[in-house]
Amino acid sequence: MGTVAVHGLCKSFGKVQALDGVTLDVPDGSFFVVLGPSGAGKTTTLRAIAGLEKLDAGSVRLDGRDATGDSPAARDLAMVFQSYALYPRHTAYENIASPLRARRCSSSEVAAAVERMSSLLHIERLLQRRPAQLSGGEMQRVALARALVRRPRAFLMDEPLTNLDLKLRVEMRTELTRIHRSLGGTFVYVTNDQVEALSMADQVAVLKEGKVQQVGTPAEVYERPANQWVAGFVGSPPISLLPCHAEGDRLVGAGGWSLPRPRWTTAEDGRPLLLGLRAEDLSVEQRGNASLPGELYGLEPLGDRTLVDVRVGTVILKVKARPGVTGTPGERLLVTVDLDRAHLFDAGTGLALSEAGR
Amino acid sequence: MAVSVGEAVSTGPVRDHTPPARRFGGRGRSVLEVALLAVLAVVMLFPVLWMIETSIKENRDVYAIPAKFFDFKVTMDHFKDVFFASGGGRSALSVSFLNSVVVAGVSTVLATVLGVPAAWAYSRFAVKAKKDQLFFILSTRFMPPVVVVIPIFLMYRQVGLIDTKLGLILIYTAFNVPFTIWMMKGFVDEVPAEYEDAAMLDGYTRLQAFWRFTLPLLLPGIAATAVFALIFSWNEFVFAIFLTSSDTVRTAPPAIAGLIGGTTVDWGLVAAASVVFALPVLVFAYLVRKHLVAGVTLGAVRR
Repeated sequence: MGTVAVHGLCKSFGKVQALDGVTLDVPDGSFFVVLGPSGAGKTTTLRAIAGLEKLDAGSVRLDGRDATGDSPAARDLAMVFQSYALYPRHTAYENIASPLRARRCSSSEVAAAVERMSSLLHIERLLQRRPAQLSGGEMQRVALARALVRRPRAFLMDEPLTNLDLKLRVEMRTELTRIHRSLGGTFVYVTNDQVEALSMADQVAVLKEGKVQQVGTPAEVYERPANQWVAGFVGSPPISLLPCHAEGDRLVGAGGWSLPRPRWTTAEDGRPLLLGLRAEDLSVEQRGNASLPGELYGLEPLGDRTLVDVRVGTVILKVKARPGVTGTPGERLLVTVDLDRAHLFDAGTGLALSEAGR
Repeated sequence: MAVSVGEAVSTGPVRDHTPPARRFGGRGRSVLEVALLAVLAVVMLFPVLWMIETSIKENRDVYAIPAKFFDFKVTMDHFKDVFFASGGGRSALSVSFLNSVVVAGVSTVLATVLGVPAAWAYSRFAVKAKKDQLFFILSTRFMPPVVVVIPIFLMYRQVGLIDTKLGLILIYTAFNVPFTIWMMKGFVDEVPAEYEDAAMLDGYTRLQAFWRFTLPLLLPGIAATAVFALIFSWNEFVFAIFLTSSDTVRTAPPAIAGLIGGTTVDWGLVAAASVVFALPVLVFAYLVRKHLVAGVTLGAVRR
């Protein structure tokens, strides 16, 4: 068992409102990612779950039982800190053993558990070293082992991969997913990296300025962003947003362009809208009936693909294209739009238009 | 060495180094530096040297004119007089030294035991009006002892703490706690709070987390802070002379001062007592010298 539910968390530091009514429901056994830019309140949320932060308002329930006032020890959770927080005077072995020692396990139990963890994370040869003698990646593994050595209600992870270099980060992503599968258990994982969120999560909660923007599976968050901000934050390159409005059965843009209006659009004529288009739903190579006139602004060859920047009116569209695409800046071209995959947002509220009919 | 002729001519081995003009300039500065430091050292150390010399001179050599720097007979009689009374048994001075050890030692331990947890609390917790509280704590050190000694004397007379070691211990502790809190807070701030967070999630209580994981990291800082407190209590004179009167309670500083002022002054005894008095603090300060500097400069450098 291991469900985590927080309701209406509020916390301010001086004048800064870090959490503003955060409500989350983490199902048992899920890999739950809290995603947001820095300063969104992700870490504060995690620390509130852990009992390290005194809340202004709200409640924390663990396994359905109210744990709001409980001490961190009583909550039966494990946490990986962004800085790893390995005890500097203890060996890796003692660091990993610490949660078991705190719970007065026998030394044979401790030895068996540490051995199991160190072989799972491939750190057997590091056990006698102190944190100062470990590299960043090694410290990260030891910190993970310390969290995973017990079977707590849930594992809390605060940007555990942020301090690793890119190659190691990609490696550890796969590794963590493998560990979650093999060990089971509930993971609450905080990150500002949307790639981590999309690749690892069962459920993603997107946080901004202490407020939950959207909760859903990675696919839902990516393909049905609840608002303009989520659409812009999730996905790389960021989604392109074109100001427009509906006119009869057409969408008309600021630069004079027009596209067939998607059938599911509920907006009345003339209301200011934003058309959200992802790079992979645009093309400069195919021809279709829905296309936007623009001019080539720049090319970003990225090896496996080329990003083509196309200026439409005052907006730069990011278009995904084959690696070998060429062109000269200023050249006129047509961008074909996959309208079934386009998003429409209310320009005033930023909220996505109802896609119920889609 | 494979050097072409042209190179060998154009750059001789001498000019491989810094140009001569700058070198002389550099040497000139360092000569000046050494000279100034030497003068400073002589001025600072001469009284110490003279004290040590006087403590091992016979009395007639102490008064010799011209002063004898090297050609005097060495005697340890003065040191014997510091510890033993002329008729046998312990001297009054040795009792004072013992009093100093007790008073300085106990007050230092008390100040540390009270100050370290307080510093930890101020460093870790959101305390209301924290800055004001810390300023208030520091402000108790603003007043020199001589300003508060009269009211304290009157208070002590009321409660019967006049001329007691306990009285001195309490006042020294009160004077050292603010300093201990301030200095220790600097050390605690340097230890990431996340160690304690991690320990609490491991299943330890907050106090266990402090005791097992933070305190060991603070030991060098505690040693440095304790030595500072010890030096204050050990050297303190004003409270000691006002608040104590009997030989059995009096600490060393007023006792040594009391040696001066009779019809004749036994300078050899005064010097020997001063040497004995200065030694313990010097030894302690030497042992923790690295941490003393760290304690003073802490927070000056942003990591």
